Amino acid sequence: MPTKVESDYKKNTDFKRVAESKKFRELINQRKKFIIPLTIFFLVFYFALPIMTSYSTILNRSAIGDISWAWIFAFAQFVMTWMLCIVYVKKSAKFDKQADEIIQEEIEGER
Amino acid sequence: MNLIVVILFLAIVSLTLVITYFAAKRTQSTGDFYTAGGGLTGWQNGLAIAGDYLSAASFLGIAGAIALYGFDGFFYSIGFLIAYLVVMFLVAEPLRNLGKYTLADMINSRFDAKKVRAVAAISSITIVIFYMIAQLVGAGALIQLLFGIDYWIAVLIVGVMMTIYVLFGGMTATSWVQIIKAVLLMLGTVIIAFLVLMKFNFDIFQMFSEVKTVTSHGEAYLQPGLQYTVPLDTISLMLALVLGTAGLPHILMRFFTVKDAKTARSSVVTATWVVGIFYILTIFLGFGAAAFVGESNILQANPAGNMAAPLLAEALGGDLLMSFVAAVAFATILAVVAGLVLSGASAFAHDIYGQIIKKGKASDRQQMLAAKWASLGVSVFSILLSLFAQSLNVAFLVSLAFCVAASANLPVILYTIYWRRFNTTGAVTAMLSGLLTAIILVSMSPNVFALDGSAIFVGEPIFPLTNPALISVPVGFLGGFLGTILSKELDSARYAEVKVRANTGYRGN
Repeated sequence: MPTKVESDYKKNTDFKRVAESKKFRELINQRKKFIIPLTIFFLVFYFALPIMTSYSTILNRSAIGDISWAWIFAFAQFVMTWMLCIVYVKKSAKFDKQADEIIQEEIEGER
Repeated sequence: MNLIVVILFLAIVSLTLVITYFAAKRTQSTGDFYTAGGGLTGWQNGLAIAGDYLSAASFLGIAGAIALYGFDGFFYSIGFLIAYLVVMFLVAEPLRNLGKYTLADMINSRFDAKKVRAVAAISSITIVIFYMIAQLVGAGALIQLLFGIDYWIAVLIVGVMMTIYVLFGGMTATSWVQIIKAVLLMLGTVIIAFLVLMKFNFDIFQMFSEVKTVTSHGEAYLQPGLQYTVPLDTISLMLALVLGTAGLPHILMRFFTVKDAKTARSSVVTATWVVGIFYILTIFLGFGAAAFVGESNILQANPAGNMAAPLLAEALGGDLLMSFVAAVAFATILAVVAGLVLSGASAFAHDIYGQIIKKGKASDRQQMLAAKWASLGVSVFSILLSLFAQSLNVAFLVSLAFCVAASANLPVILYTIYWRRFNTTGAVTAMLSGLLTAIILVSMSPNVFALDGSAIFVGEPIFPLTNPALISVPVGFLGGFLGTILSKELDSARYAEVKVRANTGYRGN
């Protein structure tokens, strides 16, 4: 009977319980602590450039020879992107491990 | 048209057709058609993302903008790159964990609501059509310039090629066309940048010193403010660029072509490196063109500066390099439009036909047929529109596509993944308010109304900004927020499931 199959299907995993488990809450908290500050940081860093070039001429000053601070700031955006890329990959490897543990212990282990 | 151009042109066309032939054999199921069976590696998908993203606007447009406006031209490069941090940090992995073929799938992993799926599909289709017309009209004009053939023939060639790739080879063919194009584009750009540096004795300081003497702008060429003089307009544009990428359907679709979130992550990482290196090199293309082609020659060939890169190639490497760059530009256009057709077709065939009309009960054969008919429909429709749009200034369509993606798609993506309280009413109001605000504001903007007749209509623009993102993105977020809190509906059990799946990648029941 189709109805029965469907109710079985829903019983398989109690996602609410998994979501409230200690390990999962820990993962979510660590992710938040990592992602939120860095996202705010790169958005602020990014918008600082057009805001500074639009409302001031402070970046027009020479930094090295004919290269002004505006260019240095622009290159810094690239360096920042690549740095965050590397940091993100490293941190994510740790999150992957935690996620695998949650799947094994909280979801598959509890069947 | 010289012989080398013809040979390179034919080489690219035949190479892509061979790929399509082999891809067609491997495209058996609907999953193969939409996502290449989900079997691409991180490297392959990363290159394909870069190939999908670096459009002719990136390659020819930015090189031209830097050549003509110096620092201000570089703003696009920065915005287009930082956008990948938004994709990487907030969107790529949860999207892969929750979705199957389309953006609407991902949103509907939380809500089984037809209205949500319908609105998501409409928003995707709107973005695809705007973006596609801009690409095809640009392609027509460009091929006309590069190869000296008529506009309508150029649009038909590109249109027929893209239709063949998608119709017969689906996502597999499209991905490989994008991968090959990304490699060719990087190769061409590195060669030109190297030749430019060689001309300046491999001295970056010498390059900066010399370019400030070669243009009519003098020292101002190296400073911001030549092209973007309205502060709020600049910031609005930068907002659309950085947030739009994470809502573009053809980019989002690429994350479904890999097997899991880890591979999705490694593909964004690869794409970020490739795209970043490319955008750094746009400085050399732009400065090189300013120094070795000259402002007046660039403007004479095309007032928007689109010919700067090909002309620079000719100045540095003669006919051979120019032909190579022209062929790369052609491949670039093909790769991008093929990706667009596929994402438009998936919204029609998978979301509207398969899930809404057939309620998810269509057989695989029916779905595949629907996907192919939808691809054909999207292709023919955009080719026809592009043939009529030749005389329009379509540059604003690209910024409109980014703006709609940022205002209509990104709020709903972020709310779906991260906001517990979010509900179906909120999803619909977020997408509709973002979409409508963006379209209405653009239709009243200086892109559409200008007193000097440079836009579609002559008249005073009611809305002052050329890009409405500064208003429409907050409206999209606010629309979703208000829609959610004003309706009582809340399913926290379902959100618990979405949260667990998004964060762990668990796919079982």
